[in-house]
Amino acid sequence: MSEETYDWVRLLQENRDDVLARWTEIVRGSLAGRMSATESSHDLREVLDALLAGQGSTDVRSPSYDGLRSLLAELSRTRARQGFTPTETAVSVFALKEAVLGLLQASGDLRGYRAFADLSGLVDELGLFMVETYSATRETVIAEQAESLLELSTPVVKLWDGIVALPLVGTLDSARTQVVMEALLQALVDTGSEHAIIDITGVAAVDTQVAQHLLKTVQAARLLGAECIISGIRPQIAQTVVALGIEFGDIQTKANLSDAMLLALRRSGLDVVKSGRGRG
Amino acid sequence: MTSSTTEPTTYAVAADADVVRVRQAVRDLAVQAKFSLVDQTKLVTATSELARNTLVYGGGGEALVALLDKAGRPGIEIWFRDEGPGIPDLDLALTDGWTSGGGMGLGLSGAKRLVDEFEVDTAPDRGTRVRIVKWRR
Ligand SMILES: Nc1ncnc2c1ncn2[C@@H]1O[C@H](COP(=O)(O)OP(=O)(O)OP(=O)(O)O)[C@@H](O)[C@H]1O
Ligand SMILES: [Mg+2]
Repeated sequence: MSEETYDWVRLLQENRDDVLARWTEIVRGSLAGRMSATESSHDLREVLDALLAGQGSTDVRSPSYDGLRSLLAELSRTRARQGFTPTETAVSVFALKEAVLGLLQASGDLRGYRAFADLSGLVDELGLFMVETYSATRETVIAEQAESLLELSTPVVKLWDGIVALPLVGTLDSARTQVVMEALLQALVDTGSEHAIIDITGVAAVDTQVAQHLLKTVQAARLLGAECIISGIRPQIAQTVVALGIEFGDIQTKANLSDAMLLALRRSGLDVVKSGRGRG
Repeated sequence: MTSSTTEPTTYAVAADADVVRVRQAVRDLAVQAKFSLVDQTKLVTATSELARNTLVYGGGGEALVALLDKAGRPGIEIWFRDEGPGIPDLDLALTDGWTSGGGMGLGLSGAKRLVDEFEVDTAPDRGTRVRIVKWRR
């Protein structure tokens, strides 16, 4: 234990209720009604108790602050998910300094300033810790949103009775390719279609991984009794695929979606003919 | 003959998303260096293959991307390096269709065909380094 007769732990212990009241007031003001008074005062009381449990250590990572760190991490994650800014998040601990300063000014207690300086450094570290946790959580939130976008961006469209199409767009990474291919197989089952067109006009590059996913999908579709046509292979993709040594075997490919559509129609026993009524 | 190299930019290759990021950076540079669409696509695809090998077999590593200039002709140089197990038999690994995993076994040999310069330095205790260069036509 510290030899200091008057450290910040004692300062906070002796003025616990006063500090808590001031602290809650400042935090509540900064969050402008987005947090109820009881909610924040409950949180802050827990934080204060966990801070005092550290017995004056100034090392944020010390085991005596395990409880404090998990409380602050939880608080930061909640704020991040609720859409608060990093400042609004870290203010919860930074405001403790303002509360204690206010208290010292009111009481004119000079001994307290030395103790305050020690506390101040620790609080800064805690604030940074909250910001770190906050950012990590925001990144997770963004990743989750990206993942759901991924699912949204895999529209399997029904072109005709028994014909579905999957237009692939953008960069196909492993996760996305997996998702779109599964969506196609599911659509084949759901619609009972026997023809699928995978259009890759919008795909930037086809590497072995994408090709392998394509080939596996075509094989799986065959097991479901459906034939796939790959359309929209642009010249630069064709050259690259050939140089890589990828062979599409007996899989039908067409330059564009409309040719593929025509082939699928023919395979279904339909044909497109001019009506004679149109302009010659 | 003048030749110069810009400071390479280093990209971590530690996750699937990193492979996409490196690929995107290489694409941007190839566009900037006025590569043809075919050459852009070839280089990006080779990058995709090698970055994924770094990730999957090398256990992750990094990619260094630099713009070269040889007598006014721009080129793009990329280093892939990892400290993984290395490739025990490079000739075998460069054989079309040979894979130790569940791949097509075309990444390494295919990438070699897609670029102008291709070098592999690999050993069990040093991991794997692959260097590729593609010049603007
Ligand atoms: N960085 C690396 N570290 C260790 N082994 C590697 C590395 N890169 C490639 N290899 C080995 O070389 C083999 C061939 O690689 P290649 O990229 O040609 O095929 P693949 O990755 O198995 O399949 P794909 O065709 O999908 O790329 C791999 O299966 C692996 O055993
Ligand atoms: Mg590979």
